[in-house]
Amino acid sequence: MSSIDLKLVIWRQNNGDSLGDFETHVLRDISTDMSFLEMLDVLNEKLTKEGREPVAFDHDCREGICGMCGAVVNGIAHGPEKETTLCQLHMRKFNSGDTLVIEPFRSRAFPIKKDLMVDRSALDRIIQAGGFVSVNTGGAVDGNSIPIPTETAELAMDAAACIGCGACVASCPNGAAMLFTSAKISQLCLLPQGQPERKQRAAAMVAQMDKEGFGYCSNERECEAVCPKGISISNIARMNREYLKSTFFGR
Amino acid sequence: MELNPNVPSGPLADKWDTHRFACKLVNPANRRKFRIIVVGTGLAGASAAATLAELGYKVDAFCLHDSPRRAHSIAAQGGINAAKNYQNDGDSVFRLFYDTIKGGDFRAREANVYRLAQVSTNIIDQCVAQGVPFAREYGGSLANRSFGGAQVSRTFYARGQTGQQLLLGAYSALSRQIGKGGVTMYNRREMMDVVVVNGRARGIVVRNMINGAIETYAADAVLLCTGGYGNAYFLSTNAMASNVTAAWRACKRGAGFANPSFVQIHPTCIPVHGDYQSKLTLMSESLRNDGRVWVPKKQGDTRHPSQIPEDERDYYLENKYPSFGNLVPRDVASRNAKEQCDAGKGVGSTRLAVYLDFADAIKRDGEEVILRKYGNLFQMYEKITDSDPMKEPMMIYPAVHYTMGGLWVDYNLMTTIPGLFALGECNFSDHGANRLGASALMQGLADGYFIINTSVAHYFGSTALEKVDTGHEAFTKTAAEVSNRIDRMLKNSSGGPEGKVTVDEVHKQLGKLLWDNCGMARNKEGLEHALAQLPHLRQTFWERVYVPGAGRDINQSLERAGRVADFLEFAEFMIRDALAREESCGCHLREESQTDEHEALRDDTNYSHVSVWEYTGDDQPPALHKEPLQFENVTPTQRSYK
Repeated sequence: MSSIDLKLVIWRQNNGDSLGDFETHVLRDISTDMSFLEMLDVLNEKLTKEGREPVAFDHDCREGICGMCGAVVNGIAHGPEKETTLCQLHMRKFNSGDTLVIEPFRSRAFPIKKDLMVDRSALDRIIQAGGFVSVNTGGAVDGNSIPIPTETAELAMDAAACIGCGACVASCPNGAAMLFTSAKISQLCLLPQGQPERKQRAAAMVAQMDKEGFGYCSNERECEAVCPKGISISNIARMNREYLKSTFFGR
Repeated sequence: MELNPNVPSGPLADKWDTHRFACKLVNPANRRKFRIIVVGTGLAGASAAATLAELGYKVDAFCLHDSPRRAHSIAAQGGINAAKNYQNDGDSVFRLFYDTIKGGDFRAREANVYRLAQVSTNIIDQCVAQGVPFAREYGGSLANRSFGGAQVSRTFYARGQTGQQLLLGAYSALSRQIGKGGVTMYNRREMMDVVVVNGRARGIVVRNMINGAIETYAADAVLLCTGGYGNAYFLSTNAMASNVTAAWRACKRGAGFANPSFVQIHPTCIPVHGDYQSKLTLMSESLRNDGRVWVPKKQGDTRHPSQIPEDERDYYLENKYPSFGNLVPRDVASRNAKEQCDAGKGVGSTRLAVYLDFADAIKRDGEEVILRKYGNLFQMYEKITDSDPMKEPMMIYPAVHYTMGGLWVDYNLMTTIPGLFALGECNFSDHGANRLGASALMQGLADGYFIINTSVAHYFGSTALEKVDTGHEAFTKTAAEVSNRIDRMLKNSSGGPEGKVTVDEVHKQLGKLLWDNCGMARNKEGLEHALAQLPHLRQTFWERVYVPGAGRDINQSLERAGRVADFLEFAEFMIRDALAREESCGCHLREESQTDEHEALRDDTNYSHVSVWEYTGDDQPPALHKEPLQFENVTPTQRSYK
């Protein structure tokens, strides 16, 4: 097992109303088998031992699936490795002596709560506006009575794999949530279950995106580049078609 | 403590129907007059909140995450069982029931498990209707695979992200109700206590994790859907925030806690490496469909796996258990892995691992097929360990995964506190001593989508509930107790870190104590040692732990401190329960109780019961009550997978 020394330049901000600033820390003998968050744990234990406040950051499953963790590392959301959440980024991807600049996901629609924590509840409200199939519990027909070709199920699953981490928003120059929203719209518009509400769903979810203060896609493709689940921007193209259909042809 | 399981009479297959007919209903116009609190928004919580709001009840849902979609159910990989018999391979409701009862080592209640098997088929239909993209066959029908402990293919899956897709389905149903106003969602709130008025659960106290405010909420019923307590071991496959606080607080208010020593040890986890490690990552059990488990035949063989020829490998599961092979249940696989490592045949740098080899499957089916089946799991493994399972075998070792113990509930999922219900992993009811693969998702959704609605209606329909609001003295009193406890944790910190320990340091000590003495293999001596160590550890915590920051702010150290304080108290229940159960059962080998072949030996004469522990005071040992288990439809036999 090898270890490395690192310089961390890390964002500290007490709450949404206060001003933030960068703070520098040096960490020595970081095992390269550690995950990025375990490295932050080490930093926090050190700060605590020194009688200082640890860095607040969101995280939970540490398996790359809950979507709760995320920070910008040297300008890239979730760090330099492709299709990887911050919790699954390992320190072997860095070299001894590296300087890591660590910042929260920044976007108008994601207010900062503390240090690296941001409020991503705007994404929930987009789902609440229509990102579902309106079916009540208890009366569903047999699952096999809705046959779905493998290819369609797989395509829907490709989109459904989105973990809602918000990296797409943070990396977009326009602060757009279109990769996230289009993933849900795609999943449901590809499947037969999603057909009845297809048009109002697209219209309602896009309207909610606007209301939350997210921007629009200008084909920068930064979202796709940082997405830990490899969600394709072809979903955005599909969403745009869905949205156009809903505005031109109504419900 | 009175333990009436309220199991309906009559034949097993009719009990649920009989019960539903016997239960009172609430007329649709009256439902909106009832308020229900749901704590936790994983599979059980999100599905329950959505279902109850759909029926017209007013629901307040709470979660400690920034969004209900983050609940730990999302991390489940492999699949969900249902007795659909789509594969025509002889499955039936009774077979799923039988497999589950047997897999739980005959320590679960027959009626509950049968109901679970019955509603399992509805779960799949419900999720398909919601748009959950389950794997499909080319003809468009649902695909299945097999899982540990079963000889039929009844597991439905969505790649290796089944838990994620099921949770997102439940989350979307919940989101729909939030949008419509049926559910009021409270994010970033941690439940700190339950409020009991005249013997009934009437509300909760929560800490607002953003501003530290202690808030109280009143309702007519409270549902705890707060998952398991595996994080007591510090290292487990649970998400970091999973904790026992809500269940433990309920226990301190009078809810019995059942089988707290029943902890499932999952056989296929990525082994522990350094002492900085924060959690363990599980590799789906479905990998054992194609992966072959082996160790070198020779002790201390440090050669690279590719250098070990076929005849010097011991495929110990296939050899010992020819009919189930690599698909033996989790307890058997776990115990055998430990046995091999204890015998000096472990592999890897720590020697605490066994191989899970895909070479034969890749040769047979081709790389493409294997990657399609397990691609994301392989990627995950490679990211963590820097080794490619396509090229060399995975290394795995057992780890704490799921807790089968939980709040005691009757057939209605009600705890011993009237009006307080426990769903999913938070209750003890369906898994006996060893949860089988693909059955936790099933229970969470069964409880939330299909069972709790009947229970809640019956409770409201048959109970005269007085009007209670948060102005009631029980609320102010409980909230004050919560505040005092938080102040006490912070007061310890004044004066800076000189000689102080961190929360994690204490938690790691507790975890090691439990893993060494109350883990896969236990004995009287070890358990008594652990019990004797606990007061010392608690003292260290309360006297020396340093919690930086303030209470009126985001304070993640304080959040962890509160959870660890509760683990420290709760651990006593785990150890006492393990001590009292002098039989090997499910995942746990009680070393004093094994067969001549070193298989776990159950003792039905003395331990065919649910152990229910009652809290009797901070300085008192808990009281043990027993709910005898009756088996009318299956005969408990020595489990054999040979």
